[in-house]
Amino acid sequence: MIDLHSLYQDIILDHYRAKHHSGLREPFSVEVSHVNPSCGDELQLRLDRDGDVVGDVSYLAEGCSISQASTSVMSDLVIGGTVEHALGLYDGFLEMLEGQGAVELDEDVYGDAIAFNGVAQFPARVKCAMLGWAALRDAILRTGGEK
Amino acid sequence: MTLFDDALLGARRADFPILNAGIEPVGGKRTALVYLDSANTSQKPEAVLKAVDEHYRYHNANVARAMHTLGAQATAAFEGARDKVAAFVGGVSQEIVFTKNASEALNLAAYTLSSRLSPGDEVVISVAEHHSNLVPWQMACQRTGATLRWFDVTDEGRLDLAKARADHLINEHTKVVSITALSNVTGALTPIREIADWAHRFGAVVIADGSQYVPHNPTSVADMGVDMLAFTGHKMLGPTGIGVLWGKYDLLDSLPPFLGGGEMIEVVRMAASTYARPPHRFEAGTPPIAQAVGLGAAVDYLNAVEERVPSRERGQKPKTLQGMSAVAAHDATLTEYALDKLLSVPDLHLIGPKVPVDRGSVFAFTLADVHPHDAMQVLDSLGIAVRGGHHCARPLHERFGVQSSIRVSTYLYTTTAEIDALVDGLMEVRRFFKVAP
Repeated sequence: MIDLHSLYQDIILDHYRAKHHSGLREPFSVEVSHVNPSCGDELQLRLDRDGDVVGDVSYLAEGCSISQASTSVMSDLVIGGTVEHALGLYDGFLEMLEGQGAVELDEDVYGDAIAFNGVAQFPARVKCAMLGWAALRDAILRTGGEK
Repeated sequence: MTLFDDALLGARRADFPILNAGIEPVGGKRTALVYLDSANTSQKPEAVLKAVDEHYRYHNANVARAMHTLGAQATAAFEGARDKVAAFVGGVSQEIVFTKNASEALNLAAYTLSSRLSPGDEVVISVAEHHSNLVPWQMACQRTGATLRWFDVTDEGRLDLAKARADHLINEHTKVVSITALSNVTGALTPIREIADWAHRFGAVVIADGSQYVPHNPTSVADMGVDMLAFTGHKMLGPTGIGVLWGKYDLLDSLPPFLGGGEMIEVVRMAASTYARPPHRFEAGTPPIAQAVGLGAAVDYLNAVEERVPSRERGQKPKTLQGMSAVAAHDATLTEYALDKLLSVPDLHLIGPKVPVDRGSVFAFTLADVHPHDAMQVLDSLGIAVRGGHHCARPLHERFGVQSSIRVSTYLYTTTAEIDALVDGLMEVRRFFKVAP
């Protein structure tokens, strides 16, 4: 039996209660809006891009604990790193979520995001966990992708 | 205290295989299913499953165009279902158009009626509409240059008629009024007759979205006073894939086709074609045949439902109701019970009427600051199926200043024990997310 606590790990609930990098900030290179139309979660995300470096990520979001915590953790992981690194993290995170438990994230690379390993057992929540990441990827692609 | 005749309700529940199969929820232990999402889709009784199965097994053929014996059987079954559905809402068979769902029925209405719209005309809906009775009219107005206007709701969640009258919402420019007969969020019943009479004074076409109303109430299109009524099979014990648009014959006959193809034509020439009369004009291609047969069986089932209600007078024997009056009586009893129980849950904020008057058995609410999607997940782990989200009514949620809600909805198989299980589940949601007592 999959326990509900494997979905709602303390790290997730902590990020949900105190979201990191929340609130829209200046300067920014691009702003994107993403929604999850089935449940209504909404996200406005700003990316400030400095060449191939993610200078800043800020956002205004309303949604469930999974989508909010995932966006918060994502911002911690990508700010200050390269765009290429961020896109790599996106690919690995998505692969884990779609793996139905077969793929686990490496804590050294993903930090707090390993708490989302449990989400892979709840297919209906994969879209929640991806909301922030999908917005980030969109923002990167709109500002020239990996270039 | 037993509010329902346990033998009758028990026998009815036994008709629904899924209600007795148990469930192994994601994130929880194997348990009994508490299904409280019937406004989303209803469960299906054995009689409906059997009708669909037997159609495919013994009577399957295409309708109208297959001239062999099986074709005649399939056609008779399909048209027989049309007769049953017509009688169910008090219409005649030629006025029943089968579609794939209520959304398609409303799109059909919006598309064909937009042939009458031009700049300066007004289409009136309400802020409480399901997206399927909102987006098609937005699209019609964008295509034609007509203006979309809408009823607001009161803070109690009822249609604000006083404000609408003061604003002359319906006036000489109004060409179409399309309103839900019962909100899928607040549960509020619309005074549809009053609105229809008002709109008809200006010659407007009046459409009711009966998706939530028809499965739960005795329906008479004449009493409602509307020109068109849309509803869907899967919310009234029938299969998915079949919806209904009832329309007054003369109105239907005056409208252009919607989708083109086989069966909706009279004569096809390369230069131009002529079209069939209603309802076939609006049924291009092979229709949902087995689904219509299943819907016919659902109508039969609903017409045979029995409910015993206590007599209001002392010493008198309980009264037995049959058909949709019985379904409505079951709803009414459960609504009173559920409102009382739900409103006792701390930090629960109901969106919609708090009194069991002129409202159906659908209850949308928020619980403290727990996101509805998270509340739904905990309830689901306990085998309790509810809906979390905006229930395809985003503008209505915006009107109440919330992004989404938890929605509980019942049907003729719902018990008071299931409402009790829900309330226990909501207390567990509070504990799980550490809502301060």
